[in-house]
Amino acid sequence: MTLASAPPLPRDDRSVGIVSTKLIDLFSGESPLKLESGVELGLVRVAYETYGQLNEDASNAIYICHALTGDAHVAGKHSPESKKAGWWDGMVGPGKTFDTNRFFVICSNVLGGCKGTTGPCSTNPATGKPWGSTFPFITIGDMVEVHAQLVRSLGIRKLLAVVGGSLGGMMALDWAARFPDMAHAIVGLATSARLTAQGIAFNAVGRRAIYADPNYKNGDYYDGEGPKFGLALARMIAHITYLSETSIERKFGRKLQNSDQLGYVLQQEIEFQVESYLHYQGQRFVERFDANCYLYLTRAMDYFDISQKYGSIGAALGQTAARFFLCSYSSDWLFPPSQSREIVTALLGAGKNVTYLELESVKGHDSFLLELEELESLLKPFLSSISSEVMSLASTRSGGSHR
Amino acid sequence: MRYLLADHAAALIDRIIMDQIPAGSRVLDLGCGDGRLLCRLRDEMDASIQGVERDPKAVIAAISKGVPVIQADLDQGLDEIPDHAFDYAVLSQTLQQVIQPENVVNEMLRAAQRAIVVVPNFGHWRIRLQILVNGRVPITSELPYDWYNTPNLHFLTMIDFRALTERLQLRIVRELPIVGGVAKAGLQLANLRAESALFVLERMTNEVIPITIPEPQKPATEIESDSAV
Repeated sequence: MTLASAPPLPRDDRSVGIVSTKLIDLFSGESPLKLESGVELGLVRVAYETYGQLNEDASNAIYICHALTGDAHVAGKHSPESKKAGWWDGMVGPGKTFDTNRFFVICSNVLGGCKGTTGPCSTNPATGKPWGSTFPFITIGDMVEVHAQLVRSLGIRKLLAVVGGSLGGMMALDWAARFPDMAHAIVGLATSARLTAQGIAFNAVGRRAIYADPNYKNGDYYDGEGPKFGLALARMIAHITYLSETSIERKFGRKLQNSDQLGYVLQQEIEFQVESYLHYQGQRFVERFDANCYLYLTRAMDYFDISQKYGSIGAALGQTAARFFLCSYSSDWLFPPSQSREIVTALLGAGKNVTYLELESVKGHDSFLLELEELESLLKPFLSSISSEVMSLASTRSGGSHR
Repeated sequence: MRYLLADHAAALIDRIIMDQIPAGSRVLDLGCGDGRLLCRLRDEMDASIQGVERDPKAVIAAISKGVPVIQADLDQGLDEIPDHAFDYAVLSQTLQQVIQPENVVNEMLRAAQRAIVVVPNFGHWRIRLQILVNGRVPITSELPYDWYNTPNLHFLTMIDFRALTERLQLRIVRELPIVGGVAKAGLQLANLRAESALFVLERMTNEVIPITIPEPQKPATEIESDSAV
């Protein structure tokens, strides 16, 4: 309530400021990470960032799980010269939804990623060379095992909330099933309990683009140029799935890029603005992402099916006492609202209660990264209510121990 | 969705609803508004609570109170709620505002073992008198709207509601006429004296009675031949 009455600061004044990515080595020595595939992985380096202060009883921590190509850098800037802030800067900061004056926010790059956490482009200690395609197969569950270990290593027993959109939401759901006592709340945005056949199909086409690039060389391309064209093409395809018919139409329509007339020349690859945009997205992606990682992470996404391991979605999510907040977007056809509703039904059937909204948006799957005002109006009160519940629980407990 | 009653009157009705629900029940409130009733059920009766609400502002208010709420329109169906997931489904002062009341009552008894429905009674003597004397659509504290701005789409009496339960083969477990915010069990001439009424319902059979769909008009043969011209 105090938040609501305070005059909102302009967005820029609410930045977490200059931040840096930290590194930690987990699963070293005698307790290697046992992957779902059965393979063991010793020493996992994790890149993570934190914002805000962990309180005395370590009860104010919120874990954000990033989406497919995201990273640990959620908010703020890495240097004053940085042009771009973190990928969810609008959500994390003083007075923002994940209010760093109140909460301790953690995000780490996923296992198998290419932003500092151990993945296929890291060096295999056994060979001194990049893992490449010899990196073990990983799943969403494996990523969550690493997240949870990081949380424990930070001295946190129970998180206030685990939050994620898209692939990050899958991690949040897996977390609820795998470690039912580790979070008071699960927040899943534009997510699903299992990827649709359509989703797998698009991932398959993206991977094929990489495999078909002559520079892929079975994944051992780190001494060469790498499958740039394949990776760019994979991103172009995927990018279309993140938009909606309406948003892409509004943004580009049939507008031409360099002329006001059609050229009637087949060799001219970029004529329409939408083509130029996709090529640009592809090129930018190649600069920041690794092709092997893309293969590993999309495969992990394909494999995800929370009902498979536990029998049903209800059985998977029914073990936790965590409160659920789910949200889908009307124009999202990659993770359509029907998939969120499926989770809602499973939760209610398992005797759980849930907050669920299907928000109107034309921005497709990307809405959870773009439509932040409405999300803030819903998530802020949700987090406040969880936080005050946890605080009153803690005070009852400490009151009891004095007696 | 409960635009109908002032807070005090609503609190009295809430109390009457709460008296029908055993502690520790799993309760679904349809049109839960800001979650006021559910909060009390949770805090005072240890109920497991779930709200459904259409209005975005009310949804936020419910979330702020820690009430789990699904944003949905009752007339669009409750597809995401599985069969018999709840002990009680509550619909207070809202049935007259939905487009398909019959469908909503059926859905309540699909989602829950028992339904608690509170409806305003259009058979109250003051309403009858207003129509008779003024010749105009009545406006009362229970129905405080002009005909052109009312959220109430249907007007029913207690007798009308009983007829609906009969049609849907529902058992009336309890019927409580309400006068001045007080439940009056066994009130004589209830349809004349009650301002509103609470009904506790359950299904007599497992069979769902299909909702009424008007018979399609058979096109007249002359029209058919006309259209060929």
